[in-house]
Amino acid sequence: MTVIRSALKASLAGMLFAGLLSSPAAAQDKPAELKIAITTFLSGPASVFGVPGKNAAEMIAEDINKKGGILGVPVKLSFIDEGAGGEALVSNYRRVVQDEKVDVTFASISSGSCNQLVPLAEDLKVLNLMWDCGASSILEAKKYRYSFRTQANATQEMMAVLIYLLKKKPDFKTIAVVNQDYAWGRESWEIFSTALKQLKPDVQIVGEFFPKFGAPDYSTEVSRLLALRPDVVLTTSWGGDLDTLVRQAGQRGLLRQSLFVLGIGETSLQRLGRDVPEGLIVGARGDHWFLHPEMKDKPEFKAFNEAFKARTGAWPIYPVYHMAQAFSSLQAAYDKAGKAAGGKWPSREQVIDAMQGLTFQAWGRPVTLRPDDNQGIEAQLVGLTKKADGYDFMVLDEMMIFDSTKIINPPTQKTGDWLKTLTPELIKLDVPVFKHGG
Amino acid sequence: MNLSIAVLAALDGVSYAALVFLVSVGLSLIFGVMRIVNVAHGSLYAYGAYAAATIGIAVAPISPWLTYPGLLLAAIGIGVVIGGLLERFLLRLVYGKDEALQLLITFAVFMILDNLQRLIWGVQPIFAAVPLQLLPNITVLGVGYTSYQTLLLPGVAILTLVGLRYFLRHTLSGAVILAVTEDREAATAVGIDPQRVFLTTFILGAILSALGGALASPTTSLLPGIGTDMIVLSFAVAATAGLGQIEGAAVAAVMIGLARAFAIYTYPEFEVLMPYLIMVLVLLLRPQGLFGAARVRRI
Repeated sequence: MTVIRSALKASLAGMLFAGLLSSPAAAQDKPAELKIAITTFLSGPASVFGVPGKNAAEMIAEDINKKGGILGVPVKLSFIDEGAGGEALVSNYRRVVQDEKVDVTFASISSGSCNQLVPLAEDLKVLNLMWDCGASSILEAKKYRYSFRTQANATQEMMAVLIYLLKKKPDFKTIAVVNQDYAWGRESWEIFSTALKQLKPDVQIVGEFFPKFGAPDYSTEVSRLLALRPDVVLTTSWGGDLDTLVRQAGQRGLLRQSLFVLGIGETSLQRLGRDVPEGLIVGARGDHWFLHPEMKDKPEFKAFNEAFKARTGAWPIYPVYHMAQAFSSLQAAYDKAGKAAGGKWPSREQVIDAMQGLTFQAWGRPVTLRPDDNQGIEAQLVGLTKKADGYDFMVLDEMMIFDSTKIINPPTQKTGDWLKTLTPELIKLDVPVFKHGG
Repeated sequence: MNLSIAVLAALDGVSYAALVFLVSVGLSLIFGVMRIVNVAHGSLYAYGAYAAATIGIAVAPISPWLTYPGLLLAAIGIGVVIGGLLERFLLRLVYGKDEALQLLITFAVFMILDNLQRLIWGVQPIFAAVPLQLLPNITVLGVGYTSYQTLLLPGVAILTLVGLRYFLRHTLSGAVILAVTEDREAATAVGIDPQRVFLTTFILGAILSALGGALASPTTSLLPGIGTDMIVLSFAVAATAGLGQIEGAAVAAVMIGLARAFAIYTYPEFEVLMPYLIMVLVLLLRPQGLFGAARVRRI
């Protein structure tokens, strides 16, 4: 027995010794933590997206770490306020990459921020996930190695909303637009109106209104629209601006007079409550909906939504799902790169290689990063508002989920040129329709 | 442009002007008496709006009509508490100092209050439209208007203008304020306490700023940044009128309101430009503002 005990002791000591010897080597391979810097709006009107995005990031990071991290390495987050804008944003970004040596950045919500930071990420050779910005032009201007858009761009988003409108109300003759006067408001209308002229040339644009970003009052625009009586009113506004416009329009009967199309209205539905009528067309910047017809019965999807609701008091909105997509793509890329590196911790360049053409899935259909331009191809969900038991706000019904490969320009062609090649045949695109609760 | 468009645009212009006047008159009053350009005016507007919405949401289940006194209560509460504290513990320290310093201090206060606002009320838009929904819509030339914006707000704006004029010209307290504005040393020599006058004026101006926010709150979403937008517009109105001109602020507000409305009806691209275009044109022709030089006294 003594001999056996001694042998056991010796082998245990040997194992411990070997462990002691091998742990420094492992530590050299794997970092103590994977540092992620996230730019998001923590101040200003866009914090309606930025704060839920931050909440989601914290929740997801906690979950990843609870499950052992990415390839066994815990993630550590830091946040940069995009609300500071301009030089402050650029210098903060540079600081976290160069001084704090973050491994990955998620930048940004605003296309203006992406325009500034994507070239900088390229200079600094840091992996950057464009987690929420939508302007198509950024990735059309140049091929970047280090930046990837892990969701759709404005082209896919606007095309889905337009085709939905043309399928649902094919006989409309007049349209007006009320968009915020900044890059998104202008670019989304440019895409929508150019495609509309190709797909339904007989439609007359009777009014184009671009009130100031953050305008507190749309009474005059509402009066003008009441007098113009367009069949359809499009708005891609968001946040408080959209809430104010919809409520002022509803108060004065405009929502009953014209069909309103809320291009990215999904984020406002919970706040607007039952103040909006049924039958409004609502887009979601992707297939993002907390009652996603193909995901709603999956326990892990339900658990994520309920955890977010418990944490913040609201159901997730698209920035939350966009954040989840950024993390999913990162995990998928590290898994792929880790395998390619023979189970070792991959280098930054190996992770970048793994991102090329990556397909990953978060809380919607799988997303593919187009290898030619690193643009995410993401399904688009559009639906109609409808009252439903159990919710004190409008939910989505008659949802169509678009396969985005059919509604985006090929990488060899710029959006503007591609839009001009469209024909009315595109309206016949076969798209599945889902009922609420169905 | 046909007559019906002119009538509708005029109606829209006047309702907008009423709101613009209500949010800018507090700034003009404070500058007129104290010679301080109060950047924190935007915060008082925002706090007035948020406080009114908070009170409105709390009292509406008891009786929706209680939201109306709630608007007034919010304005007075915010004006007295924040205005009083600001004047007593901060601005009093910098009277007579460089204008740039005063501007920087009120700007710092604005930034602090803006952050505090986010901590208190969060970042999600709040909409508390009960006072607006209680009043019926009216129809003009087939177009529906809310009577809150078309009748009530212009009514309150006119009452505020008349009330302020009466207070300053026909009451003892008003006369005292005018005396300090006219000649602080002489007023002190006859026994007037200028510090008290400044405190009263600042609180009154703060109440007016908060009232503008409270009255605007049922019409719009409340969210981070609302104060910033309002301060820019208020400066445009005050500069067009001539800083410190209360009646001038009313005229400038009507000019800006009408110009904006007619732009939306005819050339919507110019909507955003209108307040600043008018300001620039007026200042080019009359650098002292519309009503700035005609009188020695500035209120």
